[in-house]
Amino acid sequence: MNKVNKANLPAAIFIFFLLIVWEIGALKMNASYILPTPIQIIKKIWELREALFTVHLPATMLVTGVGLAISVVLGLALAIAMDSSEIIRKTLYPLVVATQTIPITAIAPLFVVWFGYGIWSKIVVAVLMTFFPITITVYDGLRSARLEMAELLRTYGARRAEVFRIIKIPCALPYFFSAVKMAVPISIIGAAIGEWLGAQSGLGYFSRRMMSQLDGAGVFAPIVLLSAVAMIAVAILAVIEKKCVKWRGEN
Amino acid sequence: MLEFKNVSYQYDSEDFDIIDKLSFKIERGTFNSIIGISGCGKSTIFRLTNGLLKAKSGEITIDGISIQELKQYCGYMPQKDLLFPWLTVGENVEMPLNFRGKISKREKRNRAEQVLSDVGLQDCADKMPHELSGGMRQRASFARTLLTDSELLLLDEPFSALDFLTRLSMQEWLLDQCMKYNKTILFITHDVEEAILLSDNILVVEKTPISELKKISVPMEYPRTRKMLERRDILELKDELIDKLRAQMTV
Ligand SMILES: Nc1ncnc2c1ncn2[C@@H]1O[C@H](COP(=O)(O)OP(=O)(O)OP(=O)(O)O)[C@@H](O)[C@H]1O
Ligand SMILES: [Mg+2]
Repeated sequence: MNKVNKANLPAAIFIFFLLIVWEIGALKMNASYILPTPIQIIKKIWELREALFTVHLPATMLVTGVGLAISVVLGLALAIAMDSSEIIRKTLYPLVVATQTIPITAIAPLFVVWFGYGIWSKIVVAVLMTFFPITITVYDGLRSARLEMAELLRTYGARRAEVFRIIKIPCALPYFFSAVKMAVPISIIGAAIGEWLGAQSGLGYFSRRMMSQLDGAGVFAPIVLLSAVAMIAVAILAVIEKKCVKWRGEN
Repeated sequence: MLEFKNVSYQYDSEDFDIIDKLSFKIERGTFNSIIGISGCGKSTIFRLTNGLLKAKSGEITIDGISIQELKQYCGYMPQKDLLFPWLTVGENVEMPLNFRGKISKREKRNRAEQVLSDVGLQDCADKMPHELSGGMRQRASFARTLLTDSELLLLDEPFSALDFLTRLSMQEWLLDQCMKYNKTILFITHDVEEAILLSDNILVVEKTPISELKKISVPMEYPRTRKMLERRDILELKDELIDKLRAQMTV
């Protein structure tokens, strides 16, 4: 633990320094409706704690969670399908890439029209943004399994499904964790964008409402909260990963 | 025991048969080395024998039965050790047993420990492969090959990646092992001295496409020692083999 603390010390000092610069700069500017100081933001979070923590944070987390779950299932399915057959790969790969060229913020208002003001329009945004990195990364992981290892197993009499279980899954596991760690923050951003564009609750929606009231600290408060949640989630995933993945790459 | 009858094989990307109507026979209980220059098709012969490649024409038989009707008839040790880095050495070694019908966990473990101590790796079952040295890894890989329980072993340049001294000791070690297990062994190497020291017969690849393996018996009795390599007739044999291989390089 001590080691970890020491390793993080420079980062902590640097962040603290930035916050002080921000604080002083914002005080000098004295226009808190555009640039609130960090202390004002913290105060705001405290003032609004009830609405933020009991209504809006859970709403955003629901969208993020459901979106992430769908992305993981979809991403895994696509990756496995593309790995299992050349034809499927050739058919799907360009399509998967094409979904990433959609300017999501531009057409997200349409999602509201299609899927309504409920959570589904936001989930679609989150899924569209996250399933791609999961698909591609897990696919690369499955590919990273060396052909020679699979062949060796075949000479022992293993069938395809057994080769998949014994070799492909362990090879893809570290990639999978990287993918999910990447996907968590993106999914949160996706949910927030969805809410920003049209919703009745959620941190994205809340931030926008504060914007229309020219409440700078109120705009920042939910955003700070989102970053904090993303960092905590990634840290938790890193702990789980340490437990599951005992090796990484070869040599 | 093993017989090739007019076997031909062609890689899809090439326009000639790399193996061209090849016939040869291996007697039960003998040690046979295949020598030839790099890229001449030695590994291809192995991959045909273990069924990873299908012959275009001709037949490969074991005791008169076509290999297409047989399963798990040979233990293949590939050119690289290919230990699975996410499994312990013990789990690696018992891998072939997983495809031999119902064998209890206990028994698998016992057999793995037995064979590991046979190859001089008694306390290594719970280590991870990356904790072993190169020579130890090769021995673990050999132990795994032994647990295929096949009489026929195909060893593809098992020592070529080792440093000189480790290699010498591994050769002597393999001589001992062969006395102990009485297996039929096909061994690929491009080290002429290694081939002479270890084999009853040497099969020389004189040209590619391979249509013939020139069989040369090694006139050395067992038990063998490295000293014997200094005998006149053996030195002459060595020169003859080197000339044969060199003739191919200049073509
Ligand atoms: N999958 C493949 N597709 C096409 N050609 C191949 C393939 N594998 C091998 N070859 C070709 O077949 C030839 C023989 O390959 P092989 O692996 O049998 O050589 P080798 O004698 O084992 O060589 P080395 O001593 O370097 O291991 C090579 O020239 C190579 O170009
Ligand atoms: Mg080879």
